[in-house]
Amino acid sequence: MEMSRSTWTETRLSRMTSNAIDLANVVFAYKNGPSIVRIPSLQIPTGSRVFLHGPSGSGKTTLLSLISGVLTPQLGSVKVLAHDLVKLSPSARDTLRGSEIGYIFQGFNLIPYLTVRENIAFPCNLHPARRKRITASTTAEEVRRIATRLDLHAHLDAPVTHLSTGQQQRVAIARAIIGSPALVIADEPTSSLDTDRRDAFLALLTEVTTETHATLLFVSHDRSLAAHFDETLSLATINEAAQMNPEAA
Amino acid sequence: MILLRLAFKSLRSRALTTTLTIFSIALSVMLLVGVDRLRNAAQAGFSGTLSRTDLVVGARGGDLPLLLSTVFHIGNASNNISWDTYQHFAHHPAVAWTIPISMGDSHRGYRVVATDENFYAHYQYRGGQHVRVAQGRIPSALFDVALGAEVAQRLGYHLGQQIVLAHGVQEHSIIKHDNTPFTIVGILAPTATPVDRAVYMTLLGDEAMHFGWEGGTPPAIGEAAPKLDPSKLKVDEVTAFLLGAKSRVSTLYLQREISTYKPEPLTAIIPSLTLQELWGLLDYADTALSLVSAAVLVVGLLAMLIALYTALNERRREIAILRAVGLHARQIFALFLLESTLIATVGTALGIAAVYGLLYALHTTIENRFGLPVALVGLSGRVEVYAIVTIASAALLGAIPAFRAYRNSLVDGLNAH
Repeated sequence: MEMSRSTWTETRLSRMTSNAIDLANVVFAYKNGPSIVRIPSLQIPTGSRVFLHGPSGSGKTTLLSLISGVLTPQLGSVKVLAHDLVKLSPSARDTLRGSEIGYIFQGFNLIPYLTVRENIAFPCNLHPARRKRITASTTAEEVRRIATRLDLHAHLDAPVTHLSTGQQQRVAIARAIIGSPALVIADEPTSSLDTDRRDAFLALLTEVTTETHATLLFVSHDRSLAAHFDETLSLATINEAAQMNPEAA
Repeated sequence: MILLRLAFKSLRSRALTTTLTIFSIALSVMLLVGVDRLRNAAQAGFSGTLSRTDLVVGARGGDLPLLLSTVFHIGNASNNISWDTYQHFAHHPAVAWTIPISMGDSHRGYRVVATDENFYAHYQYRGGQHVRVAQGRIPSALFDVALGAEVAQRLGYHLGQQIVLAHGVQEHSIIKHDNTPFTIVGILAPTATPVDRAVYMTLLGDEAMHFGWEGGTPPAIGEAAPKLDPSKLKVDEVTAFLLGAKSRVSTLYLQREISTYKPEPLTAIIPSLTLQELWGLLDYADTALSLVSAAVLVVGLLAMLIALYTALNERRREIAILRAVGLHARQIFALFLLESTLIATVGTALGIAAVYGLLYALHTTIENRFGLPVALVGLSGRVEVYAIVTIASAALLGAIPAFRAYRNSLVDGLNAH
């Protein structure tokens, strides 16, 4: 699968590779199960905003777990932000994920027992690398700045369970982009939103990731969202395992 | 630090389960520690029944029966000691004081103890407490008696009242000393020792009661009882005596001298040692109570395990989020382990605090009602062991859900819906 390189929008010089994500000959299966992921090649250029279309059962979340280093493939190499994840220790992968990747889940996305403020600040409190990249003078200041940007400043001290779904997903964006991670991954983040909110969410997500110069990998089964992105990839064609057992979970 | 904050907030968000779990652990720790404290108090109270008495001397016999009959008024002495022998040791150069004790009669189930003024001067319990007269005076005339606090209270007696004593120590004795009624001249202050459950009279009063008796039986029916002639009364025997040595060092040597006393076979015991021996026999009750409390603790810990384990499933999403923001799998393990340890620590602290709070509030009542001196100072070694064992077992049990969470975090990846 060859990919056009004309879609670069931003090159972060600090990262000496042209691809934020580079998978080669990756095979992954859960214990004793059939292969869920078999990807000969996948490149996501640094700074691009990519829509990855995948119907349910195409191995989306498993692929994202591989890219974020929570799972490791049985075969092949997974290079993320110039790090070969297969060669890193599990805790080095965890640190890389926390420092350099913002992750947005579908549905409820927040630590239920922390306030909005604490949820947003969480990655900065865990990872010095993210704390160092904030533009404001303190983490608290940065949280306030981002919350204002995402229209959440009125809810900073509310328990997250008191927010509407749309507000919760905006908190998830705030947490994903605070401390400017180089890569933002969103896994079906709009599935719980209605159409109006969905478009507003997508617009906001692309805007703020552009502001932080992050590579955005957005995964959804809903092809109609593709218009918001620079480039569209289809997991069904990338993942050979998905072609073979389309109904696999 | 961040994990501790997370664990704390996570527990607080499940306030009801957390509170109940902490409460159940606090309750079981309270039981364990409470049993221990009361046992301590009971032991202190028990060994304080008689203090600063170096030897208890009686006719040759077992150590325990001598202690039981002389100090606790349980059972009978096997034999008496002659007055001459008593006098010999009372005037022994190494002896500071002696208290003669003569027993054998009773009043409505309470023992009658014939003794002399040495009893009021030298009998001590719980450290240096002396027997005090609460009302009236100590018996001095032939037909004077003083009542122990409990006797006076239970029977509702007051000063000046006349009572009749019974021969023998059974509650319903056939032979009553009705021709020699006694007058209550004193009521002793409560001591919370067996002293409260006895009637005290003079040695000569005891003789007067049995005047004209032959070989331990009263004059036959129809036979005229001889008229009491106080000038003919003299003390022939005592049942036992308590002895204070001039110096502690001479106690052992005195004990040997008494045990090998040629004119009469005697037994001398060191009361504190025999009390300890007796306590060893009673200690089974404590062991049983402690076992029950330990079982309650196990139930409390299992309740915690269930609470944490059942919460695991609904926390899979939370674990996935924590992993996504970069928490290591071992930190997930640590987070869950911290939660169980926190619960157990707070529960244990609460339980111990509750026991000490209760004891502080109730210790005067406990001391007055049951005569148990409650020591409020510090934690006993046992309490410390209980606290450590509770927290350690909570951590050990907490490792089960923690390991499950750890496994989930590795297997689920970010896939937790």
